[in-house]
Amino acid sequence: MSEMNEKLVFDRPKSVIDRATHYCPGCHHGVAHRLVGELLDEMDLAEKVILTTSIGCSVFLYNYLNVDAVEAPHGRAPAVATGIKRARPEHFVFTYQGDGDLASIGMAEIIHAANRGEKISVIFVNNTVYGMTGGQMAPTTLIGQTTTTTPAGRCMTHEGAPIRMTEIIASLGGVAYAARGSLDNVKNIRKAKKYIKKAFEFQLSGTGFGFVELLSACPTNWKMTPLAANERIQKEMIPYFPLGVFKDVSEEGGIC
Amino acid sequence: MTKQAERIFVKGNEAIARGALAAKCKCFFGYPITPQNDIPEFMSSAIIKAGGDFVQAESEIAAANMLLGAGAAGVRAMTSSSSPGVSLKQEAISYMAGSEIPAVVVNMNRGGPGLGDIGPAQGDYYQSTRGGGHGDYRHFTLGPATVQEAYDLTIRAFDIAFRHRTPVLILGDAILGQMKEPIVPWEPENIDDEPGRDWCLDGKTPDREKRLLKSLFLQEGELAGQNKHLQAKYDAWEELTECEQFETEDAELVICAYGSIARIAKSAVRKFRSQGKKVGLFRPITLYPFPSKELKALAEQGKRFLTIEQNLGQMLDDVRLAIRTVADSDFYAIYPGNLPTPDELEEPILNSLEGK
Amino acid sequence: MSRIVVQEDRCKGCLLCTTVCPVDIIVQSDRFNASGYKVAEVPEADADKCTGCASCATICPDVAIKVYKTPKKKKGE
Repeated sequence: MSEMNEKLVFDRPKSVIDRATHYCPGCHHGVAHRLVGELLDEMDLAEKVILTTSIGCSVFLYNYLNVDAVEAPHGRAPAVATGIKRARPEHFVFTYQGDGDLASIGMAEIIHAANRGEKISVIFVNNTVYGMTGGQMAPTTLIGQTTTTTPAGRCMTHEGAPIRMTEIIASLGGVAYAARGSLDNVKNIRKAKKYIKKAFEFQLSGTGFGFVELLSACPTNWKMTPLAANERIQKEMIPYFPLGVFKDVSEEGGIC
Repeated sequence: MTKQAERIFVKGNEAIARGALAAKCKCFFGYPITPQNDIPEFMSSAIIKAGGDFVQAESEIAAANMLLGAGAAGVRAMTSSSSPGVSLKQEAISYMAGSEIPAVVVNMNRGGPGLGDIGPAQGDYYQSTRGGGHGDYRHFTLGPATVQEAYDLTIRAFDIAFRHRTPVLILGDAILGQMKEPIVPWEPENIDDEPGRDWCLDGKTPDREKRLLKSLFLQEGELAGQNKHLQAKYDAWEELTECEQFETEDAELVICAYGSIARIAKSAVRKFRSQGKKVGLFRPITLYPFPSKELKALAEQGKRFLTIEQNLGQMLDDVRLAIRTVADSDFYAIYPGNLPTPDELEEPILNSLEGK
Repeated sequence: MSRIVVQEDRCKGCLLCTTVCPVDIIVQSDRFNASGYKVAEVPEADADKCTGCASCATICPDVAIKVYKTPKKKKGE
């Protein structure tokens, strides 16, 4: 056994601060944070990043990434990021938002930032529920899913259908890149990282708006074990929220 | 300050836009609403020519949050609106106050409540001087009365915003915004328009800690500490009050009014003076912090007071708080939708003068 | 051979790592950490089976797993 040759092949990225997170066991925010941190390191972005956090469990992202950050009001992160990017076009600006923040209260801000083609990147964590406030219905809650405000399950005729954000974003003119990944298995996590990297590259090249949705588990509010919650992504979420790249202007000849 | 001799003839709205450019405002975030549309319209080309950027936002909410972002980045930025739109901006203004992010917000006050009308009004005085949004905070509020003063105070607003890390509100109204007057533009000297202050977000380099601008303070005692810090900041502003006193020295009756209404009252004062009647005008220029000390000093000389506002009596509270231990103030309300003439103010002034 | 190191004070016992190990050697231990979570471990008997694929670390939401890999000796060495 020659431990002399041993190499550390997987460790905490430098941009992710060495501290315990406040997230529940099996929550996928930690995976999403780490992917972002790895890319900030690999793409040498840490010194030019200005992070905009949102409201929800992920508000504390600013405690976990070692970068400059501002806290946006609920749903307004794309507007705040627009202001930062317009004020400092040479910096790298991204938002990190949950489904309640982005797809409900922040719907106007995300749609218009995307449509203007703001040169920012958006990480959208979709776990079909308001996490921090205790598990209420989100715009992405699936039909039949019980939450604290849909105790009998979300009903199509009463609450409407879950919103597919990536498809909507992909339909907008200013968008350079829109993709949906999942954090439920190793293959999907690696693919999700490639999606985020692509979105970041579109900002760096000044091409346009980049959007990556990440299907994630919220075991606590789904009232499931981490393993059962993780399985739910494959069984229930992916059939409704299909994975893949929905827009990539580098394959279409670019936007004007 | 170096004054340029050249005079220009502009609306109050344009004067504010020009003042902002003179103060090296780099970003403007607008949204249409009457009667302030000249500001975003002027800025849409002028600020780009000046090397800055303009965004017509999807809402007043978004515009104010863009302002929050630009301010967090340490860059001079502004938004403008009118009453219903300013209500929507209160969310971001509260966050900016809590996170101590500097920015300049303009409110060209129109009639309310609700959609009201598009004429001049002063119904937003409470909102403008009590914080306006949720939570326990104040922000600096300036009340120009002339087009020249609108230009001058806009330059001052940026200075205050960045010196004290606070949102600053410029409170005008439809008269000021739409009225044309000759002004002498000037360029302030020694503007610190280079970002790189020790609080703003410009990228974490290895030689410094990361910076975080936030208003969430969950740890025990943390929010109390932050709010005490804010309180100390607001208390210190009491040294920065500004007001205009016109013929107050020997006045028996002092009229308290701000903005456009103060200007009309000033004409009435002139008329009374020409008749030998001892009437004066006290006009707060800083609406928050309110010039209480200056007003109280007048009360201690035994003068009477009449507050005139284009609302149901809002600044009246501040007048009474200032003089409460020695005097009281009469009140005369001007209702929205009508622009009073100096003659219309004669009767209420005479009544107060004679103690009726 | 390869190995993983579980940072036990960070492990929340979610066990996602146990579902992705291609050689199925990660299990829940009997040990509780200071936060009250039963941490994941590789029993010593199975330690030499680790391939260093880093799947467990990739899915770990708490960055609690470090992976060390020793390059395989080429045949004939």
